[in-house]
Amino acid sequence: MTQIVSKYDEGAETSRRYSAHNRGLVEELRAKVAEAVLGGPEKHRERHVSRGKLLPRDRVTRLLDPGSPFLEIGQLAANGMYGDEAPGAGMIAGIGRVSGREVMIVANDPTVKGGAYFPMTVKKHLRAQEIAIENRLHCVYLVDSGGANLPHQAEVFPDKEHFGRIFYNQANMSALGIAQIACVMGSCTAGGAYVPAMSDETVIVRNQGTIFLGGPPLVKAATGEVISAEDLGGGDLHARKSGVVDHLAENDEHALSIVRDIVARLNSVKAVDLDLAEPVPPKLDPEELYGIIPDDVRTPYDVREVIGRIVDASEFHEFKALYGTTLVCGFARIWGMPVATIANNGILFSESALKGAHFIELACQRRTPLLFLQNISGFMVGGKYEAGGIAKDGAKLVTAVATAQVPKITVLIGGSFGAGNYGMSGRAYSPRFLFTWPNSRISVMGGEQAASVLATVHKDAESWTPEEADAFKAPIRQRYEDEGNPYYATARMWDDGIIDPAQTRDVLGLAFAATLNAPIAERAQFGLFRM
Amino acid sequence: MIKSLLIANRGEIACRIIRTARRLGVRTVAVYSDADRKALHVREADEAVHIGPSAARESYLVGEKIIAAARETGAEAIHPGYGFLSENADFAQAVIDAGLIWVGPKPSSIRAMGLKDAAKKLMDAAGVPTTPGYLGEDQSPERLQAEADAIGYPVLIKAVAGGGGKGMRRVNASAEFADLLQSCKREAASSFGDDRVLIEKYILRPRHIEVQVFGDSHGNVVHLFERDCSLQRRHQKVIEEAPAPGMDEATRAAVCEAAVKAAKAVDYVGAGTIEFIADASEGLRPDRIWFMEMNTRLQVEHPVTEEITGQDLVEWQLRVASGEPLPKRQDELSINGWAMEARLYAEDPAHEFLPSTGWLDHFELGRGIRIDTGVEEGDRISPYYDPMIAKLIASGGSREEAIDRLVDVLEGVEVWPVKTNAAFLARAAADPDFRAGEVDTSFIPSRIDSLVPSSEPSEGVWNLAANALLASDFGNGDALDPWAGLQGFRANAAADLRISLRHGGETRTIVVGGDEELEGVATTHGDNVLVFTDGQAFAFTLPGSGGGAAGGAAGDGSLISPMPGRVIAVDARQGDRVTKGQKLVTLEAMKMEHSLVAPFDGVVAELNAAEGAQVTEGTLLARIEKGEG
Repeated sequence: MTQIVSKYDEGAETSRRYSAHNRGLVEELRAKVAEAVLGGPEKHRERHVSRGKLLPRDRVTRLLDPGSPFLEIGQLAANGMYGDEAPGAGMIAGIGRVSGREVMIVANDPTVKGGAYFPMTVKKHLRAQEIAIENRLHCVYLVDSGGANLPHQAEVFPDKEHFGRIFYNQANMSALGIAQIACVMGSCTAGGAYVPAMSDETVIVRNQGTIFLGGPPLVKAATGEVISAEDLGGGDLHARKSGVVDHLAENDEHALSIVRDIVARLNSVKAVDLDLAEPVPPKLDPEELYGIIPDDVRTPYDVREVIGRIVDASEFHEFKALYGTTLVCGFARIWGMPVATIANNGILFSESALKGAHFIELACQRRTPLLFLQNISGFMVGGKYEAGGIAKDGAKLVTAVATAQVPKITVLIGGSFGAGNYGMSGRAYSPRFLFTWPNSRISVMGGEQAASVLATVHKDAESWTPEEADAFKAPIRQRYEDEGNPYYATARMWDDGIIDPAQTRDVLGLAFAATLNAPIAERAQFGLFRM
Repeated sequence: MIKSLLIANRGEIACRIIRTARRLGVRTVAVYSDADRKALHVREADEAVHIGPSAARESYLVGEKIIAAARETGAEAIHPGYGFLSENADFAQAVIDAGLIWVGPKPSSIRAMGLKDAAKKLMDAAGVPTTPGYLGEDQSPERLQAEADAIGYPVLIKAVAGGGGKGMRRVNASAEFADLLQSCKREAASSFGDDRVLIEKYILRPRHIEVQVFGDSHGNVVHLFERDCSLQRRHQKVIEEAPAPGMDEATRAAVCEAAVKAAKAVDYVGAGTIEFIADASEGLRPDRIWFMEMNTRLQVEHPVTEEITGQDLVEWQLRVASGEPLPKRQDELSINGWAMEARLYAEDPAHEFLPSTGWLDHFELGRGIRIDTGVEEGDRISPYYDPMIAKLIASGGSREEAIDRLVDVLEGVEVWPVKTNAAFLARAAADPDFRAGEVDTSFIPSRIDSLVPSSEPSEGVWNLAANALLASDFGNGDALDPWAGLQGFRANAAADLRISLRHGGETRTIVVGGDEELEGVATTHGDNVLVFTDGQAFAFTLPGSGGGAAGGAAGDGSLISPMPGRVIAVDARQGDRVTKGQKLVTLEAMKMEHSLVAPFDGVVAELNAAEGAQVTEGTLLARIEKGEG
């Protein structure tokens, strides 16, 4: 196996500049995450703790096996939205090990607006379930939520990918043998009541968890009955009378311990039939990525410098190194798992697209998971290329990406523009996970190009002075800059999270290992390749 | 040589006897009670016979059942072990009358030594020194003074009818005698209505020295040198050794010769032990060591003698019982090296050495020394019998070497969840005074507090447990898997290596990953993380497992049986008003009484205990409610 040879010079002026720039980006990322993980306002958190309850993040930690990794998704969901009042969209979601199994954990954060569901909360919950379905991860819901956020009901309630889908997913996952476990640690009102009710096995905390379709005020208004929350839907009622819950816990810790016991007895086995090897850290230092990633997304650099800092022992078995050179393909290992890597190294030409399609066929033939390192400004345009059939060659790549049955994971390591996003397994191509780097940009095209295109097609364009043209283009550029920003993207959950480039290998290791909970299809079944 | 042997005993001694019998090609028959149905001695014997319910008085103490078992299995001989029927002359006689071979002394020898006063007189007559004293009809002050002067000071004046420390005076010099005698008689008269006194030699630094003797049916008697058993807790031997530290040749010769004389005086056949008390205030001296009593059986601590003499005393017993002469002459026996024995008890030093019963889920006693035990991992310690579970016997070229080995093994003992005295033993053996040979019977009581380790885990133990939890993955670890390898991983943040765990009622959150050296062994067992260090075991769980937070029964007035046992007294009725500390229920378990008292003032709201009832561990016996009745 060949080890990637680095040409990185840490002393170079650009290296130092990039390093300072990227370290700044990571610092900003860590600061935003540190703030988001706190949850709601301090006084809400204090009140929560003063009632003898664990904060949601502590609940997650206590649920996990001691020292288990936690691969969080949507850490910065709703970041900058809803008046910045919903850190993490009021929910913690992620994969962690519980009683030796990787499970999807979804925990409401009652310190954020009572754990109510904003539109992004629904999206985050559904995304967590989607990950669970695709990777066959048992689900644990730590429920503590007042239900739908009423002012946003139109964006939360009626549509296919809205609140109701949560329960649809629960029923269908249960049907697939993906365990649905609910632990009611607080309110669970109205539609929320269906989270435990639709679960396979449920736990409730006495004198703390409540489940009812209508709370005491609604009951009083509707029927005149005056009843306490505990009598209406408390732990004793549901454990002894209604049968809505199966286990009655004394407190948060006890409840989480019961959940651990439930997971321990799920009788499922993660059967990995890949050729695993002893994990070996990369020979090239991942920290050097800071000095390698350019400070301008348009600056080209050799993506092998990135690959060498992600894969085991920096070893890379490159495929067709001399052909279609703007797409780097090759086999490597990450945390001991075989991974077929596809990385952009410039604009996509027909040859690169054909090479990529071939390589994906290889990966599927060999049942090897795919990693896409996306940094793409698009497919080549121009008469020669259109005539050469770049559209059908691009389509071959997109077909291969879309129908590949092996687990795919995508990392946006730079630009993600136009159809390049499709060919490189963008969000619409259902990679099992999609992470971005803090330097990444995503939009249908670059801000400058968009502004130019729009200026060109404007009816008055011909008469503009250069100043007028610039005045027209500046807000468009700004808008693309704002909306292409990774924080804008991650807030809307176009991805599963922004990650520190130096942690990429570990995030990918955990993510690929999580995908292995689902069996990999025996034979590839591709769509028709236009020849 | 006998061909088959029934062992009328259980536990380690039964296993010990089976081991030698097997080596000699003797078929073994075990007997067992209900509780011992699956015991190690039953598994190891060639055959086993059930002899009744768990209580010893209905099984191991019923001679007829044992003799019937021997008949049924065709066993030729019966070995009684120690305890139970081993010193029961009637049983010995019954065995002989049944036409079986009794592996032990003649019933007449047992009887002669069984009555302590008569035995003392017998020894006096045989010229064996006995503790000087006077218990005579002549109670005149002059006579008493003369006797005291003859005994030598200090002496103890004791009321004949006395007890509880009353009517007792220590006299250090002849001049003090008359005054103290008068005050003692006065107190005796007022307390007991009987002013008669006796006088005893007051032994300043008593040491328990005993001599192993062996006789055969051909009239030969040899000794196998002495043992020191001075380390005792409430008359229970804790650590024994051979030879005795500080024993010079002259004293050894005197005491061993006296022991042989004593054995010969009762026409002794088989293994026996002559116990002496020595005044060690000026070291061991031939003229300050006196006969106390004879044990007409194989002693618990016989292995230390075996270790220093290279003999197998059970083999000697079987040969002698078969009519063979003693395997060695006196001049063929010598002391080689030093040996120590520590008795590992299933008991809880932190709770006044209360017996500890239950399953031996984890039982690892270490290697490299002789270990005589009657249990294995997975076995159960029942409440019915003696709580001794093993004897750890270390030997070496020197006393220091033997101590070092013993301490090493004791500190490495891993037993859970049954509690043991291993840490207590380790501390006793490692004590500088013990190392220096400064032993007497006050050794343990005078430093009991420093010998009993705290039952609270130290900081280091918490850390060890947290680290073990982190590494354990509860058995699901897979070195190839990043989910096991990336401990505490968090995206865009430092690893979260806070581990929350619980011990007893306390929950702590430990940040692991430091570089500190941690001493001890940690392992997981089910949901528990066990830390073994210096002979102690600490169990940790994740917070919340096995129930709610700290508290539970404590503080709610529930009286729960701490172990299986029999209710022997109920001193309250439902509805009674009780005060804090008042004894309500008395439980008998493992030959010990345990009182359950009211935790606070209140009313007996519930009472589920009935006299004579057998209760299991964790039974709610009574519940006290606060407030007025």
